[in-house]
Order: sequence, then C-alpha cells, then structure tokens
Amino acid sequence: MRNGSSCQGGFETSRKRISKVSSFDIALIRTAVWQAVKKLDLHEQKENIVMLLVELGSIITTIIFFLSLVHIESGSPLFIGLVSFWLWITVLFANFAEAISEGRGKARASSLRESKEIIEAYKISEPKPDAKGILVASRDLTPGDMVLVRTGETIPADGEVVCGAALVNEAAITGESAPVIRESGGDRSAVTGGTLVTANEIVVRITSQSGESVLDQMIAMVEGAKRRKTPNEIALNILLVSLTLLFLIVVITLQPVSSYSSTASGMGSTLPVTVLIALFVCLAPTTIAALLPAIGIAGMDKLFRRNVIALSGRAIESAGDVNVLLLDKTGTITYGDRQAVSFIPVDGVKTEDLINAAICASYADETPEGRSIITLAEKIMPCELPELNEAKFIPFSAHTRSSGARRGDTYWVKGAPDAIIHEVSSKGGIIPPDLDRKVTVIATSGGTPIVVCLNNSILGVIHLKDVLKTGIRERFVDLRRIGIKTIMITGDNAQTAAAIAAEAGVDDYLAGAKPDDKLNLIRKYQAEGAMVAMTGDGTNDAPALAQADVAVAMNNGTQAAREAANIIDLDSDPTKLLDIVQIGKEILMTRGALTTFSIANDIAKYFAILPAALAGIYPGLAALNIMNLTSPDSAILSAVIFNAIVIPLLIPLAIRGVRYRAVPAGELFTSNLVIYGFGGILVPFIGIKIIDLIIAGVPL
Amino acid sequence: MSPIDLSTDIIIIAFFMLLLTIVAYFFGRFLFSVFSGKISGTRTGIIERWIYRLTGTDPDNEQEWKEYGRDLLIFNLFGGIILFIILSIQGFLPLNPQEFGPVNPLIAINIVASFITNTNWQIYSGETVLSYLTQMSGLTVQNFLSAGTGICVAIAVMRGFTRKDTKKIGNFWVDLTRTVLYVLLPLAIIGAILLISQGVIQNFDPYIHTTGYGTAPGQILPMGPVASQESIKEIGTNGGGFFNANSAHPYENPTPFSNFLEIFLILLIPSSLPFAFGFFLQKPRQGFSLYIVMALLFLLAFSTLYGFEYLGNPAFKDMGITGIPMEGKEVRFGLLGSALFSTASTATSSGAVNTMYDSLTPLAGMVPMILILLGEVVFGGVGSGFYTMIGFVIIAVFIAGLMIGRTPEYLGKKISVFEMKMAIVTILTSGVLVLILTALALIIPGGKLAMHETGAHGFSELLYAFASMANNNGSAFAGFDGTQFFYIISGSLVMLLGRFIPILAILALSGSVAGKKTLQSGPGTLPTDSLSFIIWIILVILIIGILTFFPFLAMGPVAEWFIMSGGI
Repeated sequence: MRNGSSCQGGFETSRKRISKVSSFDIALIRTAVWQAVKKLDLHEQKENIVMLLVELGSIITTIIFFLSLVHIESGSPLFIGLVSFWLWITVLFANFAEAISEGRGKARASSLRESKEIIEAYKISEPKPDAKGILVASRDLTPGDMVLVRTGETIPADGEVVCGAALVNEAAITGESAPVIRESGGDRSAVTGGTLVTANEIVVRITSQSGESVLDQMIAMVEGAKRRKTPNEIALNILLVSLTLLFLIVVITLQPVSSYSSTASGMGSTLPVTVLIALFVCLAPTTIAALLPAIGIAGMDKLFRRNVIALSGRAIESAGDVNVLLLDKTGTITYGDRQAVSFIPVDGVKTEDLINAAICASYADETPEGRSIITLAEKIMPCELPELNEAKFIPFSAHTRSSGARRGDTYWVKGAPDAIIHEVSSKGGIIPPDLDRKVTVIATSGGTPIVVCLNNSILGVIHLKDVLKTGIRERFVDLRRIGIKTIMITGDNAQTAAAIAAEAGVDDYLAGAKPDDKLNLIRKYQAEGAMVAMTGDGTNDAPALAQADVAVAMNNGTQAAREAANIIDLDSDPTKLLDIVQIGKEILMTRGALTTFSIANDIAKYFAILPAALAGIYPGLAALNIMNLTSPDSAILSAVIFNAIVIPLLIPLAIRGVRYRAVPAGELFTSNLVIYGFGGILVPFIGIKIIDLIIAGVPL
Repeated sequence: MSPIDLSTDIIIIAFFMLLLTIVAYFFGRFLFSVFSGKISGTRTGIIERWIYRLTGTDPDNEQEWKEYGRDLLIFNLFGGIILFIILSIQGFLPLNPQEFGPVNPLIAINIVASFITNTNWQIYSGETVLSYLTQMSGLTVQNFLSAGTGICVAIAVMRGFTRKDTKKIGNFWVDLTRTVLYVLLPLAIIGAILLISQGVIQNFDPYIHTTGYGTAPGQILPMGPVASQESIKEIGTNGGGFFNANSAHPYENPTPFSNFLEIFLILLIPSSLPFAFGFFLQKPRQGFSLYIVMALLFLLAFSTLYGFEYLGNPAFKDMGITGIPMEGKEVRFGLLGSALFSTASTATSSGAVNTMYDSLTPLAGMVPMILILLGEVVFGGVGSGFYTMIGFVIIAVFIAGLMIGRTPEYLGKKISVFEMKMAIVTILTSGVLVLILTALALIIPGGKLAMHETGAHGFSELLYAFASMANNNGSAFAGFDGTQFFYIISGSLVMLLGRFIPILAILALSGSVAGKKTLQSGPGTLPTDSLSFIIWIILVILIIGILTFFPFLAMGPVAEWFIMSGGI
C-alpha cells in the first residue's frame, strides 16, 4: 500500500475548516490568553524592545511595591501596587494582541498541515510510467527526482508533470473541490505537493526541496512563524525604538532635575521611581508597538482568506506602491470567450432567417462562442428550435475555418468572413454587396464578425464580441483616481485592442504582444520610476514576472511562472491583483494610522501626569491639570489604565485594517490626519477623564 | 520712548515677512545658479578656476558621501588647529594694541570648538582678551568657513534628492569655494559697508580712554575692525560678537536701521535655501512649502514672544505700573526691534543678541529656548537649518506615507531603514545631548554654582546653555557662568557632537537617496507640497520638541511664569 486513499476525506474538508477560523471564538481567545502569559518570558520579548522595556518597568514597580509593603520604600503601597498591576496588564494586552493573530494563523496552518503528512513516493529512474522504481519517503525527495503518481495517490512534492496527464484534486491548497487537468508540456504542467491525483497516472519531476514547497511556504506564512520583518516594518520599528529610548532618557534625566527643583523651591520631593516609570510607559509608543505584529500577521491572513499566498511580506507592501498594472486582456478584463451580441442580416434577408440559420449552424457547436449564439438567438426569438435530429455536425477545421451542420442537401455554415467568401465564390455563389461594409463595421468596433450562410447564399453576419467582466470599468476608474495606470496586454491586432481598451477604460494597451514585449514594457516603466505589477501563468511570462515589482502567478500556471512570482493566486483569478493592491495599502495605512494615534496620545498623557507629578514642587503647575483630574494618584493611574486598555480596544482595528478608499492620496492623507492625528490628540483627554471619574467613584 | 502701537508693528512685520519672502526667492535662485556651476563657467568664474589650479582641485571630480564628509572633517580640524595656534601666540603677533597675551588653553579649546561649529558660544569677552588680528584672522575667518561648511552640507543634501543611481553628491572643495567666493564674501562686503554707514566702527585704533562726564568716572572705549566681523557674524548665522554685549553694543548695532539690517542678514541665507532646493528639484513648490513651514513657525514664535512681553508682568499691572518691561532691552530698538531680533537670532542658529533673554518674562523667554530646542529648523543656521529640516521631513513623510497606504517616499525616493536611522540621528542628537548634560550638571558637585539664580529661573539658565551649545546657537540666557571646567569641556564636546554627528548622518542620507531611483509621482503619491502636509510637518516638529522637553520646560519657564503671575 503506497499511501492511503484515506487522505482523501481530509483534503476535501480541510478547506471548510480553514474558513471557520475567521471569527474570534472562545477557544482561540483562551489559547491566546495562555500564550499572552507565556510570552511574559523576557526572551520572547527581545524582538519587541518597546514592550521589553515596559515589562522591565513592571518588574521594577512590583519590587518597589513589595518594598513599600515592608516600608523600605516610601509611598502608598496601594498606588504603587495599582500602577504595577496595570503595567503588567499593558504587557499582557500587547502579548495577547500578538497571540490572537498568531492563533488565527496557527489554526489555519494546522488544517493545512494535515494534508502534509509524510507520504511514500514511488521514485523512478526515467520519465516513463513503466520504469522501475523504489519507495522513498516524500521528505527524502530532492529536486530532479522523478516520481510516478497513480490514481488515488497524493503528489509527494511540488513538481512538473513530465509524462502523462491526470485529473488532480487541489482542494488541499485551493479549497476548490473540482479536479483540474495537469498534463506534461504546455502551461498546465505544474503540480503542487499534497494534492491528489483522482484519475490517470503521471510522472512528476520534483522541483522543490522538502520543506520549501508551496504548501510549506503557506504554512509558514499563515503561522507567522517564519515571518520576517519587512524593511518598512524595520524602519518603523527603528522610529518606535528611538522614541522609546528618547523617552527613557527624558524620565531618567527628569529625576535629578526634579530633585534640584524641589530643593530649590523647598517644596515637594524628587519624583518617585514609580511615577517616572508610569510616565515612561505612557510616553513610549506602546499602542503601535503592541499592535505591530498583529497588523502584519492579520494582513497575511486577509490575503490567505482570499486564497492568495504572498511569498514575502515585502511583496504585499510593494503591492500598495504599484502605479502601473499590466493586465492580460483575456481573463482579466474580458471573460476569455467572445460572445454573440447581435445578428446583422445582409440586405434582402430577414433577421429571422439569419437567426434560424445561425442556430442550425451552431447547434452542435459546444464552444462558448457557439453556445452564446444560441443563447442570444433564444433571447431574441423565443421559439422552438428547428428540428435537427438527423443533421450531421460539420466540425471546425483549421482548413475551412468554418463549422456548421448538414441535413441531406441543406447545410448551414458559419465562419470567418474571408473563409466563407472564398468558399462561396469558389462555388459560384453571389457575395452580397453590403457584406463587406457590415463586416468592416464590426471589425473596427473591436468585435469579431462571423458570416453565416445557408447552402451557398450568404445571409448575414453575427457580431461576436469580447465581453467585459462585470464591474471592471468601475474598478479602472477607481484605479485611475488613486494614480494607478492600467495597461491592457493582448495578442489582438491594434484595431481590436484599441476598441476594447476604450470600452474598458484602460489607460493604455499593448496590441499584438509577444512575450518579450511584456518584459520590455515593464523595464520601460521601471526606468521611468514606476512600480509595476503583473499577473501571469505561462512559462513565457516568467521573465516578465521576475522583472515586475509585484508578480502574481496563477496557481494553474507553470512551475516556472510560479517560481518567478512573489505572490500566488490559488484561485487563478487575475482580477485579484486589484484586491492584493488594496490589501497592501490597508496594511501600511493601519500601521501609519496607529503610529500617529499612538504618538498623538502622548500630549494628553503629559497633561495628566506632569501636573500630578510636579505640582508638589511648583504648586502653580497644578493649573496644567486642564482635565481637572481628581487627585495626583488617580491622574497618573488613569493615564496608565488608558494606555493599557487602548491596546485591546484597537485589536479589531489592527486585524480588520483601516479601510482603503479609492481617493487621491492628498485627500486620503487629510482625512486620516484628522481622524488619527487630531483624534489621537483628543481621544485620550476624554478617555483619561472618564477613567478618572470612575476611579474617583470607587471608594479606596 | 513712545508707547507701543500694535497696528504699526503688525504692518511692519507683515512688510518685513513679505520682503524676506521675495528676496529669499530670488536669492534662492541665485544660490541654485552658483551651486549648479552656472557662474563658474563665465568670466566671473576666473578667480574660482584660478583657485582650483592653485590647489590642484579637479572641479569635475565629485565625491561619495564618505569622501565628502571626510574632507569636511579634515578641513574643519585644520581650521580649528590654526585658530588654536593664533589664540595661543597672539601676543607675538601684530595688530595687538592692547598687548593681550595668549588665551588660556582651556578657553582656547572652547573657542575653537565654538567657532568651527558655527556656534559662537562665548565664554570670553572679546574686548578684554582678543587682539584685532585674532578677531580678524581667527574668528572672522572661521565665521566664513563654518558658515560655508553648513551651506555645503545643505547643497550636498539637495543634490542627493535630485540625483538617481549615483553615489556622488558633489565635491566639498568646490562647494566651499563657491560658497565663500560668490555668496558669503560679496554679502559680507555689502553688509559691512551698510553697517559702517550706520556708525559701526572699523579701525585698528587702541582703546580710547575718555574722561567722565560730570562726576562720572572715565571710561575705556574698545575699538576694532567691528563692521567686517559684524557683517559675516549675521550673514553666516554665527552670532559671535566682537564685544561681549554683542548686538546690544552701539558699536555693533547702532541704529534701528542697522538692527533691521542685521535681522535681515541673519535670515537671508537660511530662508533662501528652501527656495534653492525647489530650484534644484525643478519643483519650486516643494521648496516653497518648506519655506512656509519655517515662516509659519517663525511668526508663531515671534507673536508669542512679542505677545508675552507686550502683556508684561501682571503683578506690575496690579501695582498700577504700565508699559512694557524694558529691562534687558535697548531703548533704541524697542519691543519690536528686540522681539524680532531675538526671534530671528534663535530661530536661526545665529545666537547674536540685542536683548538679554534672562530679563524677558518667563514665557517670552521660553520662546528662544523652544526655537533652539526644536533643533534650529525655523530657518535655522545657514545650511544646518535646511538639512535638519530635511531630517524632520523624512520622519513626517514616513508616517504620512504609511497613512496613505504606500511605503513612504519623499520626492520619489523611498524612505527605508537606512534613511530612517540617519534622519533620527540628525534630529535627535542635539536633544539627547541637552537632556543628558543638563541633568548631569545638576548631579556633579558644584555644577549648580554656574547659575546666578536658583529654582525655576536658574534651571532655565542651565537648560538654555546646553540647548544653545548642542544646537550650535551660541546665545546665552545671561545669568549663567560657563567658565567652570565642567562646562568648558562638556560644552566643547557638546558643540562638536551636536554639529558633526548630524552633518555626517545627513550626508549619509543624501548619499543613500542619490543612489536610489527616483519614482514617478502621481495622484497616488503623498503630495508633500500641500497644506495638509505643511500642517503635518509643523505638528511633527512641535510634537517631537514638546514630547522631549515638556517636563524640563515645565520646571523652568512654565513654573516660573506661574510663580510670577500667581505670586507663589
């Protein structure tokens, strides 16, 4: 038994389990609380210097608390104890914020991991299904190894089909239960480890080292375990740590200054260490420092929920910077298939006759174009279809470039104008004089004309058209407003391309595109200082993908494309690039908004703590107590409590992210500045006042 | 003196700012042509070319930031050594009618640190220890060179942002030559002539001994080549007075016109540099926005200082004494001339004084202090104001850029880890030095003796001293004696560190952005020339300043104000 079909159940349900994790559930919160406590270990905090210092502050105040109990330290044990308690709570809240987002990722990862049991692979020496081989464990496979995978077996690692074709169920990674075809050669040769062959057998050449497969990367990304900080996060962290150290110096130097001042004024005393630590923790940007890891992990998670895997955090952030999008016409801008939009009879022919002939010619045509002709005909003329039981289907051939049906002597044919004209005139038929004009009109509008004839007489033209995806036009309008230029890439001729480009509202197009053209276009835009994003699936796309700043590969694409990309879309939906851009922006915006909020909060905290701390030395400074807080102790405590509880209150915002609106940057900046900047100045004044009122109401 | 006419003063200020803006625009354009080498090729450039030939400088050989910084340091070190030698042997040199001996080596070290860093913190009285030759060939020369150094750095930073994919940010020797030759010398000559016309002295005469008037005892009137030093003292935002009384002395600043002229000269180059930046970028609006940031902060500071002095001490009002407090002000300048000079001199890193800040009402006295503590960016020192401002802009852009959902960029340059580090070092170095040394002075034995007052006012004097030195302003609050060993040594160190650490950091930043590609701007880019962004930069500057120094200010001028107004 080379592996069990028992895995199959696991694959099909895994996806459902994954999507359940999206909300906060009790178990998740319970784990996160436990994790938050475990993260108190100082070794765990060394990544987050801001919180490490806060925790050290908590430890020092705790020691002072115990000393004050036995009167070694002066000061009210109750006050010191409460400050100390809330400092610990601050650290715990910060740990909790990180733990809860990690927990969500871990829950997803564990369901992914189920599909990654160690399985045995049948390693063969040459790419032939009947070659001799040996059984090896999947983790021992190295790139270049060949394995034979049969019906019901799991593909042991990422690779490329080198022989055969099979139906593969990729539910384990895409959540899509309908199997897809994977075959050697062409653009559908890539297979992913952990997916299941449901029919036929294939020989796969392994392309990834054990532990580096797409699935492994997915697990690592969603778990946040291997999450490396992006350059932007590091830069922000430098700012936060610098501010924190600055505030540390501020409170340390405050001690001798307060000592000098109290001696000079003959009133008050040197500021107690507890107050200095409280001031330090309030000033340090704890809010953003606590939520920063959660923002990053939540961003990954958001992408993952949309079935997108970013191979690095940096890739998502770059997506936020993109200002040129290269979009393939087919599949991104239009629904891949052309559809019939109208029937145009030549002069002297009735529309009904043309439609009837078109139905007959398309009746057995199973292509999407053929289906769309029938659908349109039924919409225009909802009548019974002509009897075609005895008819014989004339299949499309590259030679005649037409197809149709024949019953006895009658035949209906539809095809490319030049092919039909050639056929008809060679058989002595008459070409209607207005045909050429009608064909040209359709062609110039970007459509595809299909000429229909009954026996040897031409009845008219069907207008086939590339149909734009719903809502795509509006998205391009949004993109233009936020300064992202859209370029349509198509193999169509310039005329067709221009017409579709105009209809879709893209900024520019590249017609008759060859694979090299994409690469050159990207280089050209990059040289002009643009950040370029593109999607691709074929091996041809690989060089362009590697050159692009943000490269999204379709999961059904080739291995080469997937390796060149930095983001993989499991649904293979090129439109998703637009979502990725939005998510990238939201991650950065959340970071910026919370940083602004965190720093702006400090002003109110100063106004709470400083008069409380210094009014003993200079009574006049009590006038700075503009919030009219009850007592010095309650003022300091209120600031500390506010500083702590703002963290859990903002966890939902950190995880959900600040919403991105498609407006110009200037407008977006102004509104965020007002909300998070001025809001950040005001909110703590209100919050601290409320907490103070509550404390004052509690009899102590 | 006549009572204050508020509306006249407002009109004068409005006119002054308008004039400054117009002149700064054109002078900015002139600076751009100078440093993009447009004059060097013309007939006027013959002296420049001759200098290059003489010194073996290849003007086309540009430098990477490290070479630029290295040459800058070497040059300043040499300047310092020469100045030290002059100070030590002035007794053997000519132009010493008062026959001054060598300057005490400890004080000489402090003078060297002070003058090569454009600080001009003076723990000596020029007229009692320095010969004319020392003043001219030592101090005045350093006034030119330290100002030139600052301008060079500013220009190198501008170049960094206008270039792409290169490591070169210009040639220090070329920039320095051009600064001195085309900018500082001509201005200094014009300034000196105008000052002489107002009565500023320029001679090598021995000091005049006068007989007293009536029963008053006789006086000694120090003489000297004042105008030539006075002119560059203002233009280069140096601020080191020929006389101890600085610009309050009638031989340095005799008339209301000379007073306005000096204010104007102080502000001229610092306010032109943002415009020059705009021309370098070929985006004048970008430069103009930085100018607006500075101008708004300047007006805010001026109005606060003027306002609190106008209100005066409420306790006096209760006693029925009206009028503005005139202690420490010169009657010939009045409130406007004193307030504007004080604002200009501390907003820039000039540090020249015509008013004793020690005598200002506490919150008015806090204005010069805050202007210095903000890092000297409200126009700031020649060059240093501009490049420190760029440090703040980088921080502002970083947070703002995130808020619009982009990894932050300024003028098409991505702000990444390295730029962040350098910007932080640029803007925080001086502040950290002030915090640490102020506290240290209160801990070390005897440190408190330097303050003439005690309590809040004394603390203001101490805080001001280190603020002034670390930010290379050079003015003193008065009432502070900086001649203790601790203050001489720590002060020298603070001046040097506060000058050269930010310079190296911002040069590194410039080198880094020069090597980056310049990204396109569009509707998705953060507009750094918008009103919102101007407000944002102002907020960032004020918030960083407030957050760092709020507790100190609370125990200094703020506490003093409450004591004064509350009588407690």
